[in-house]
This record gives sequence, C-alpha cells and structure tokens, in this order.
Amino acid sequence: MIELQDILETNRMIKEQNLDVRTITMGISLRDCAHPDLTVFCQNIYEKITHKAEHLVRVGEDIEAEYGVPIINKRISVTPIAIAAEACHTDSYVAVAEALDRAAKTVGVNFIGGFSALVQKGFTKGDLVLLASISEALSVTDRVCSSVNLASTSSGINMDCVARMGEIIKQTAHLTRDRDAIGCAKLVVFANAVEDNPFMAGAFHGVGEAEACISVGVSGPGVVMRAIEQVRGADLGVVAETIKKTAFKITRVGQLVAQEASRRLNVPFGIVDLSLAPTPAIGDSVAAILEEMGLESTGAPGTTAALALLNDAVKKGGLMASSHVGGLSGAFIPVSEDAGMIAAVERGALTLEKLEAMTCVCSVGLDMIAVPGDTSAATISAIIADEAAIGVINNKTTAVRIIPVPGKTVGDSVVFGGLLGHAPVMAVNRFAPDVFIARGGRIPAPIRSLTN
Amino acid sequence: MKIVISVLGRDRVGIIAMVATVLAENGVNILNLDQTILDGFFNMIMTADMAEAKISLKELQEILKSKGEAIGLEIRAQHADIFQVMHRV
Repeated sequence: MIELQDILETNRMIKEQNLDVRTITMGISLRDCAHPDLTVFCQNIYEKITHKAEHLVRVGEDIEAEYGVPIINKRISVTPIAIAAEACHTDSYVAVAEALDRAAKTVGVNFIGGFSALVQKGFTKGDLVLLASISEALSVTDRVCSSVNLASTSSGINMDCVARMGEIIKQTAHLTRDRDAIGCAKLVVFANAVEDNPFMAGAFHGVGEAEACISVGVSGPGVVMRAIEQVRGADLGVVAETIKKTAFKITRVGQLVAQEASRRLNVPFGIVDLSLAPTPAIGDSVAAILEEMGLESTGAPGTTAALALLNDAVKKGGLMASSHVGGLSGAFIPVSEDAGMIAAVERGALTLEKLEAMTCVCSVGLDMIAVPGDTSAATISAIIADEAAIGVINNKTTAVRIIPVPGKTVGDSVVFGGLLGHAPVMAVNRFAPDVFIARGGRIPAPIRSLTN
Repeated sequence: MKIVISVLGRDRVGIIAMVATVLAENGVNILNLDQTILDGFFNMIMTADMAEAKISLKELQEILKSKGEAIGLEIRAQHADIFQVMHRV
C-alpha cells in the first residue's frame, strides 16, 4: 500500500525539484568491427551501433512516460576508438568520428562517447593516430565526445601525453573558434578513468565490459537542496543523514529505470552512477546545496569540507539503493552547467585554485571551465598534470575539461547553450610551467600503487 | 500492471466520478482511493489495476490529461513501481 504523502513527495521531487534520470547510456563493444580497410571499419561500426541502439531512444521515452520521471539524455558509449580502429591502415580517424556522428544521429542520441585512448603508460600506433585526429574530429562532428586517460594510480602520469593534450586542447579551441571553442566541451582528459561511466563527455565502453550494457546516471541536486532546507540549523551529522536518505530515494528511481531499460532492450544492466549532476536550471545546483549548508558563497573557506560531506553522504545513501554501483558516483562541479557555480565565479568567490582543491573530495575534476584564449598550451598541460596528480595520489578519478576561448579574457562570458550552459572566463595563474612540461617522460606510479 | 493516478486542482463536484468513469469505460479496475484537501487544493490518489485494460497506459494518460485540462485539473497516471521503490525498502 502506497501512502498519499509518499506519492505527493515523489511527484513534488519530479515537478518542483528537478528530479530526473540524467542519462540512459548504452555501452557497445566495437571490438568485433576491426578491419584493415578504414571504409569497411566505418561501415561495420555504423551498422553495429545503429542495430544495437535502434530502440534506445524509444524505450527511454516510453519509460519516461509510463513512470512519469524525466529521462533527460539517451546516449551511447563505445570501445575506445584507438583500440577498435587500430587495425585500420590509416593515419587519421576523422572518418571514424564522422561514422560515429552519423550513427548517433540515425538512432537519435544526443552524444556518443568513446573517441578515446587509454595511454596512462604509453602510446600504441592507434593511440597516436587518435590523438592526432581529436581536434579535427571534434570540429567536424556534432555529437562525438572524446576522452584521453593519461594517468592512473598503478601506472603514474604519462607526461608526454600531458604535454600533447595542452596542444590538442588549444588546437581544438582554434578549430571551433567560431562556436566559442565548443569542441573543448566535448573533450575530457582523465586520470584513473572508469570503464563504465555513463556521463558525457567522458563515457567510453571499457575493454573489460560485456558486449553491450545499459548504465544509468541519476541526478537531483534540487531534491537534496530541498531536503536540507528542512533541517536548517541542525548540526552537520543531521545534514549528512538527510542527504543519505534523499540519495537513497533518488538512486532507487535510477535503479528502477536501469532495470526496466535493460529488460525492454534485452541488454544486460551495467551500473547505476550515483552522481549529483547539476544543470543550468534554477534550483538544480550543487553550489546551492553547499550554500544551503551555511556558506555565504561557494568558494568561501569551508567549501571543500561541505563538498566532502555532500559527496560522501550521496554515496552512502545511494549504495544500498542499487544492486551495482559504478561510474563516477559523486557530486559533479562543472562550472558552466551550474547556475550557483557561475554566480560564485562572477562574484569573485570561486577561483580555479579553489576548484582544484574541491576536486580532491568530489567525483571528478576541473569541469567545463572557460579560461582566457591566450592561455598557453604548457599552462593547460600543467593544469592537467596537477589534476592528474590529485587523482593518482588519492586513488580516485580526476578529469579536466577546460576551454581556452579564443579572443576572450577574464570578465567575458561564453555561451554553449543547453545542458552545457554558459561560463564566465576564469583567471589563470600567469607564471610559466613551460620548462617542467617540456621535460616529458613519466611520473612514476606512487607508493600506494604497490598494494599486492 | 498497477498504476497510480494522481489528481491535483481546485475542488469541485464530480471529480472522482469523472475519473472513475474513464477507468470503468476502459476496463481499469480501481483498487484504492485516498483523497484530501491540501492548501485549498484537491488531492486525490487512486491505485488501479490495468490487467484487464482495453487501452495502454500511454492512451489512458492522454485521455485523463485532456479530460482533466478541460476542467482545470492536473491528472497524472504513472506506473506504481516508481513510488514503491522510492518509499519501500
């Protein structure tokens, strides 16, 4: 027997507090598509993706209608292209990106992730071809997302790749300069990337995954904020308990949607990602949660502690609500996608350095950050190296999605539109790391990698 | 399949009758009904079974939505599992 109050609460969460399932992501292995001829390979992947994901969007829409819970995105992740396309005799994978883009458009998903390489310890031939293709691929496609894993706790940091990524990000910004460098919003650099992340732009279908699987990313910052509004003045133990209970409820919805999508598509269920993903909508902000806890603005002293509490409580609450938890699972702090983060930057409360500190205790990293167009490739590389170091030493995923916007500087703003939102251009430390970055090589794996 | 029908709007004569008629016409069996006035608004929650239904949930949603809108009510019909999983361990 379901009680009236429970039903009203659920529907209030959906209608007033932006509870939604952020994404249903179908992971598809492309390992059986390999072919020496690039054209045949592209045809193979197009056919496989459009066949496997033929009903993904319709099923997502059916579930949304029947259960009354919005499912914002339907997406696809594929085997890292540097692996899948490695047998092709070619020096460019741009055609592969175009085939992925066509497949995404045919099945109606808004993003397809996996134009990726895993190079934490070194480059293979396919990795180098992929890296050389990223900038052009992101400029000629609309829906393809790219990611590069260049560090891990067990392998250390590939500093040669770190140096390359600074240049690739600058080049991507240049090639998409007429669209406020949107290409960089589709490119993530990871340390300790996870193989089952359903969120873009960093999703790819890991090599240890099954033939295909369905993973779901939940959301609901607005629901968490409303819940802790109800415990104003209570101590932080009570706040953590309140967040846990709310995260449990949110995750149960994600689990239900994941199981239902898996059943209807006849594709195994992968994981539920317990992330708290904000959107630019008012009231759907992670920053607003931190401020509801009692900070005048996100970025104020205390922000890292508040975020640590939030991140941990979300995981503890969500864990029991799902049979398989995975992905990134934690609070996201993308600047451009969170109205509260944008406001904090604009009022001068939140800096790049504070964001870096916050990434030590939340799920990912420096996400959707616009910086001046004249920021050097070496500086971008050094920011990536810092973030990778945090991930490697703390045995967690970190990421950098940074947008050096050509022709813009601190005080300007960039508009990406939709879920990507808009971003104030943030100040970057002007002292040069060039000599450090130019050294290249590998930063060895830390002592904590030796756990056997 | 069990569904939950929730009705929200200004109170007036005949709301329950209207919803019940739509359900009866389409072979949807009412299992339970709970109703209250909250903040001056009419709130009704109906649990129903669609095992013998002549139409799909989507079609029922359409009918209830348009009938509700005609008299200023918001009527939603949802699969009951979403409430079950969220509030029952």
